[in-house]
This record gives sequence, C-alpha cells and structure tokens, in this order.
Amino acid sequence: MDYHIFREIADSWALLALFLFFVGAILFVLRPGSRPVHQDAASVVFRNEDAPAADANPETEVKQ
Amino acid sequence: MWDWVKIIAFGVIALFAAIAANFARDLAYQVHALIIMAVSAGMFIWSVRSAGEAKPAVETGYMDGVVRYGVIATTFWGLAGFLVGTFIAFQLAFPALNFEFLQGYGNFGRLRPLHTSAVIFAFGGNALIATSFYIVQRTSAVRLWGGNLAWFVFWGYNLFIVLAATGYLMGATQSKEYAEPEWYVDLWLTIVWVAYLLVFLGTILKRKEPHIYVANWFFLSFIVTIAMLHIVNNLVVPVSIFGSRSVQVMAGVQDAMTQWWYGHNAVGFFLTAGFLGMMYYFVPKQAERPVYSYKLSIIHFWALIFLYIWAGPHHLHYTALPDWASTLGMVFSIILWMPSWGGMINGLMTLSGAWDKLRTDPVIRMMVISIGFYGMSTFEGPMMSIRAVNSLSHYTDWTIGHVHSGALGWNGMITFGALYFLTPRLWNRDGLYSLRLVSWHFWLATIGIVLYAASMWVTGIMEGLMWREVDANGFLVNTFADTVAAKFPMYVARGMGGVLYLLGALIMTYNLWMTAFGKKMPNAAAVPAE
Repeated sequence: MDYHIFREIADSWALLALFLFFVGAILFVLRPGSRPVHQDAASVVFRNEDAPAADANPETEVKQ
Repeated sequence: MWDWVKIIAFGVIALFAAIAANFARDLAYQVHALIIMAVSAGMFIWSVRSAGEAKPAVETGYMDGVVRYGVIATTFWGLAGFLVGTFIAFQLAFPALNFEFLQGYGNFGRLRPLHTSAVIFAFGGNALIATSFYIVQRTSAVRLWGGNLAWFVFWGYNLFIVLAATGYLMGATQSKEYAEPEWYVDLWLTIVWVAYLLVFLGTILKRKEPHIYVANWFFLSFIVTIAMLHIVNNLVVPVSIFGSRSVQVMAGVQDAMTQWWYGHNAVGFFLTAGFLGMMYYFVPKQAERPVYSYKLSIIHFWALIFLYIWAGPHHLHYTALPDWASTLGMVFSIILWMPSWGGMINGLMTLSGAWDKLRTDPVIRMMVISIGFYGMSTFEGPMMSIRAVNSLSHYTDWTIGHVHSGALGWNGMITFGALYFLTPRLWNRDGLYSLRLVSWHFWLATIGIVLYAASMWVTGIMEGLMWREVDANGFLVNTFADTVAAKFPMYVARGMGGVLYLLGALIMTYNLWMTAFGKKMPNAAAVPAE
C-alpha cells in the first residue's frame, strides 16, 4: 500500500468512521434513561474505600 | 523453580552489564552499565538469600505499599526537580553560575533536560503511577492485579529515571525535547510501561464494580497513548551495541512532525489526561460530593482524546511543514478549548453546594486553584497556537511562562492536593500534621506561580516585539544581545518565583513527613472557621 492510497482511505472512510464514533459516543451518553446509571457510576468513589468488595456478593458490601 | 529463574536471570544480567561496561564506547554508557551491574548484583544476592523461604500468605486487602513508596518518590523527585529548575533559572539571570569546574556536567545545557525530565517524568510520572494504582483499586473494588508486578513497575520506572537523569549530565541525549533518553533507556521504559499497562488493565478486568469509573478511562488513555508515542518517536538505530549513540530512522520535516506529535501529546496525555484522572477522583473525594455531571465527564473524555492527538503541528508554524498540516494543528488546538473548559467547569462545579469548604479546607483550595490554572492554560494554549499570535510568541519566554502556568499551576497543585489527601490515609492517621502549613504552602506556591507567569509574559512579549522591530529603512533595530540584556530584571523575578515555589514544597515535605512518621497527634478539637 503506497502513501497515496493510505492517505485516500485516511481522509475519507477513516475520517467518517472516527467522526461517527465520536458523535455516537456523545449521543449514547445523552440517551434517555441513562441518568440513574450515571448517578450510580458517579458515586463509585464513595464505596469500598478501605477494603475490596467481598467475593460473594458485591452489592451487600456497599457502604451505607 | 521461580527462585532459580530469578537467580540465574539476575546473575546473567550482572555479567553482561559488566562485559558492556568493559567494552563501553562512551562514559554515559559505561556508567549506566555499572549501575545496571550493581542493581542486578544486589538483586542476585537478595534472591539467593531469600530463596526457598516460605512465601507469605496471599494478601487480600488493597495493595497500598507500592502507593506509599510512590508518594515518597513523588515528593523526593518534586523537590529535586524544583531545586534544579530554580538553579537553572538563576543560571539564565547570572551566567557566572555556569561554574567553570562543572563545565560539561553542570552547565545550563546539561541541567535543563534534567529539570524538565525530573519534574515531568519523575515527579509527575511517579504521582501518576501512585495515584492510578490507588484509584483503580478503590473504583474497581479489587486488589491490584499481578502481585509483585506493581513493584516491578515502581522500581523499574525509577531506575529509568536514574538512567535518564545521569545520562543527561554526561551528554547521552538524542536531542528530542522530552524524549532525550537514548535507545537502551527507551527500551527499558518500554518494558516497564507494558508491565504498567498489564497491572492497570488486569485490575480493571477483574473489577467488582460494573462500571469503569471515568478516572480510569483517563488513566488508561494516558498509558496506551504514551506507549504509542514513545515507541514511534524513539525509532532509532544504535551505532553500536556498546555505545549510547543512535541514529534517527526519520529525518527532516518528518522527524520534526513526529517529534511534536510526540511532544504535544506528552502534554495532552501525560500531563492532561492522566492528571484529569486524579481530578475526577480526588476533587469529589475531598469535596465529599459526586462529580458535578458524570455525562459531561464522559463527553470530556472522548472529546479530549479525539482532538488532542491532532494538535501537535502548531509547534511547527512557519517551518518546512506544509501549511495545511500546521493549519490543521491550529484548528484542532482551538477546538480543544471547548472540552478543556467543559472539564474545568465540571471540576469546579463539583463544589457547588460545598463552596464553604474553600474557607476551611486548604487542601480543596489547592485543588480548586489547580483547576483554575488548568482553565487558564487551556485558554492560553489555543490562543498561542493561532499562527498570527505564534509569530510573536514563538521562541520567546512567553512559551516558557505558558508551560509553567500549566505545570506548576495545574500539575503541581493537583499533585500536592493528592499527596495531602493520600498521606493520612496511607499511613493510617486521623488527619494531616498541620493545616496551617498547608495554607502556607498554598500561598507560597500561588505567589510563586504568579511571579513566574507574569514575568514571563512581560519578557516574552517584550522580546517578541524587540525581535521584529524595524526602523524606517527596514533594518532590525535590536541585536539579540539587546533583548537578553533587557530581560534581566524579569529573569530575576522568575527565579524568585521559583524560590517561593520550592519553599512551599519544602514545607509540604515537612508536613507530610510529620503526618506519616511523626508522633501520632491526639485528636485535636474542631477548629472554628477563621
């Protein structure tokens, strides 16, 4: 593959694919119904401060 | 079995290092071979002495020993880097400080890469490794993957720093900015970095939390991208297996573009993405509130990594680089302003409803001012990347001022905040030794940065204007030496800023030392707000 073919692919299909992935990622974040998921994710930092979650059931180890 | 493998491996490495030291073609290579020989011989003896000992039971808690070492290494390298930086600042103001007896080892040209690598890779890198190990365990709710591999990452990375730093002093450099270490040091860093990726990724893969917290996304992008940048920018052919010299594979403008693709993304992914990982963990923890908008943090992540990777060509305006390429770099740099400020707003607004903490908690004050400097330098950077502005600012001290408001303000302050957060927790203390000393550190560092940035703005714009000043006949008015003479007062002011910043870091070191190793303080009564 010489430089020009490489370059053709890069500034057409590769550019389109990257752009669509980027826009898709943002739309996915803003999808309806994602709020509880993100609220849960944002509170990860307040769990399991001192010790790893137990092997059996991580849900019961959640503090508070 | 594993004991025998280790003993044989360390013995063989020590032997080959001794042979390499014997055949060495230059001083730096010889000293490095001797360092490797000494380290391997020490490891060999240690392996022999500990062979066949009963292995301690597998531990199940968080692996914090390596994080503790990381905190100590970060503090130590920070002091070393700030000290060298302050010294070379005064070398610029007073050239007599390039002592005759240190020529070839301690003059500005040798010390300058020592300073940049010490603060970026030694101070910043150790901070990133330590905090990423701490954060990935807490947010994945599991112990670090890979057992002692994490220790290999820590010691291997610090060996890399020792080899790089001693190499600069003896002139082993491939003269690529922020990528100075020669080929064998680069190879060693590659091995260490792959181990780092394995530890980090392994921990994420065995996580107990369903979601990968956003800080880990930032850390992962930092590790993966630095691996890619490091390998591509260090494609060289060694002149000899027994010497430190090497020849670049790429040449001319391709080499320049690769270098600044590397250089700018070292800023983007090492000094920005990695430290944003710190921000997204420590600011919510210290403010005791979840991040302002988790959605915004994800958009911040994708926008930042998609845009940053294209911004490098703005370092090469008015060069042999084609115009379209430098325009592309300029446009992406300007677009990058938006996700950067999105992240800044997200960090600052995490304090909404908890702004009163700024009055009582100097640690959060430190984190907030670091986010403020992040916002300031991510505005200044895009502005300076515009070709017309760059024609004034390029090659002047304005660039140095910009770099330091980012490095001292953003990277330094968020790291200090993280160290103040981590030390009481890692050494199991109730709190810091002294909050008053944190306030002292805060103000010394802030005033130091202000002196630094302000003097560099003045001197940068002044010399940019002096360089382009022409008289009525079109002749240049100033010689280069005129601009150097005119900069003297600003150079002294900049050096004083460095002294204040270093003083703050010394106070921090005392405070952290007393917190970790001082006598345990009795529980102090709550102090009312001033």
